Amino acid sequence: MELSTFFQQLTNALSLGSLYALIAIGYTMVYGILRLINFAHGDVFMLGAYFAFYAATSLAMPWWVAFIVAIGLTAIFGMGLERVAYRPLRDSPKISVMISAIGASFLIENVGIVVFGGRPKSFPSIPLFDTVLHLGPVSVLSVSLFIPVITAAILVALLWIVNGTKTGLAMRAVSTDLDAARLMAIDVNRTISLTFGIGSLLAGLGGIMWTMKYPQLNPLMGVMPGLKCFIAAVIGGIGNIPGAVLGGFLLGVLEIMIVAFLPELTGYRDAFAFVLLIVVLLVKPSGLLGKHQAVKV
Amino acid sequence: MLRIDDLSVHYGGIHALQGISFEVPEGKIVTLIGANGAGKSTTLKSVVGLVKPSGGSISLDGERVSGLATRDIVRRGVVLAPEGRRIFPDLSTEENLELGAFMRDDKVGVAADKKRMYALFPRLEERRKQKAGTLSGGEQQMLAVARALMSRPKLLMMDEPSLGLAPLIVKMIFDIVKAINAEGTTILLVEQNAKAALEIADFGYVLETGRITMSGPGRELLADDGVRRAYLGESL
Repeated sequence: MELSTFFQQLTNALSLGSLYALIAIGYTMVYGILRLINFAHGDVFMLGAYFAFYAATSLAMPWWVAFIVAIGLTAIFGMGLERVAYRPLRDSPKISVMISAIGASFLIENVGIVVFGGRPKSFPSIPLFDTVLHLGPVSVLSVSLFIPVITAAILVALLWIVNGTKTGLAMRAVSTDLDAARLMAIDVNRTISLTFGIGSLLAGLGGIMWTMKYPQLNPLMGVMPGLKCFIAAVIGGIGNIPGAVLGGFLLGVLEIMIVAFLPELTGYRDAFAFVLLIVVLLVKPSGLLGKHQAVKV
Repeated sequence: MLRIDDLSVHYGGIHALQGISFEVPEGKIVTLIGANGAGKSTTLKSVVGLVKPSGGSISLDGERVSGLATRDIVRRGVVLAPEGRRIFPDLSTEENLELGAFMRDDKVGVAADKKRMYALFPRLEERRKQKAGTLSGGEQQMLAVARALMSRPKLLMMDEPSLGLAPLIVKMIFDIVKAINAEGTTILLVEQNAKAALEIADFGYVLETGRITMSGPGRELLADDGVRRAYLGESL
């Protein structure tokens, strides 16, 4: 293995890892506030990509307008999903909400197949993102350089929102004790809705960036990334935002590196995520950055 | 100030409150005493809208508040320091106080009130940056009371503030309750520690399995044989 190959793979790994991180944040934020795994998150990611596709092609919007519109629509869709599929079950057993999440996921996928068609679509080329850059011996797609920067900026912004603003304080209060948060005159519904909005916004952004990197869209494109990013969130310690980013990076790097160094295992690349999950859960069940939950008896 | 009329609450098939009526006059300390499961906490939770009554009405200064969202009731000046304290364990002491003032926009006033709370509970100031979950039980109760006061309530409701605390801390908490009341805050206190509650209360009600069975000025109830036998553990 030459050094240049290593750096080549490292840039690939970093951009894939940042994409995973972006989507994993949405899982972790929603889990943090509702203790709910939003199984439809991967499908929201898919919708983001399709919204951008239709805005850019059918509506002929300039790409950046299309992206903003698509991200906005995805955020609104996520908030709507919470309203329709999760809020009515707020006081029901957790299992009901989980089943509702799985149902929402299948529903979105299948409506997607009906509306968008089952045949893959290709995203029109955007020169800013699909130029191949040569950095010495390493050649990278320009979008692969943008993604880690975007993810880093978003992480900083989110940490500021959660730890430095009144809205973030409300989010942290709601995530620990719903009724106590109500007693503080916090608008619990609005706070939860906002959390879904942010998570879905990131999923939309992730979906768009994903199609910049792998410019094929199909209605089931969210299933695998969705599962993997859920795993990333669990590995990092679900409920913990930096943990989700760490988990996403870890997964991305491991996946790319294993394929690069052990090419005979390429066929198993998707399985690595699950192996990693099992290992982490065995060694540290609360995830790498997750805190140990003491159970009082 | 607070008026409860024929309040009924059902939990599934259980009739937890069976039409209770009482009043909390402005500026007074009123206490509800009773055994476990009598419906004391349910009463307080109904007042702040955490539990939806199945009948009757709750009004504040003549305005009906039953049916309103908790947030809107708290905004009208009713605050609950809940049973088990329910502080936010992962947030710092200071952040807990800030949450108490969540609905207020006057930053200057909030900062001043924070200072006031630290003066009232110096232990909390020492633990400002510490996670609230690491505080001792007594300190957590002080924090729960301070957090409730941060909203500048007209009516402060406290659910079992003495639960699990050493007698010395209980005395301190009750002294502070009296001091807060002397400054003009109306208090509705729910207690199993009937003696401590009745000693500071202007008026008391005895709740038994969802019904009010006795009422009267605190001192009078304290002297009542029935109350002493049932709640003060005295054999007469």
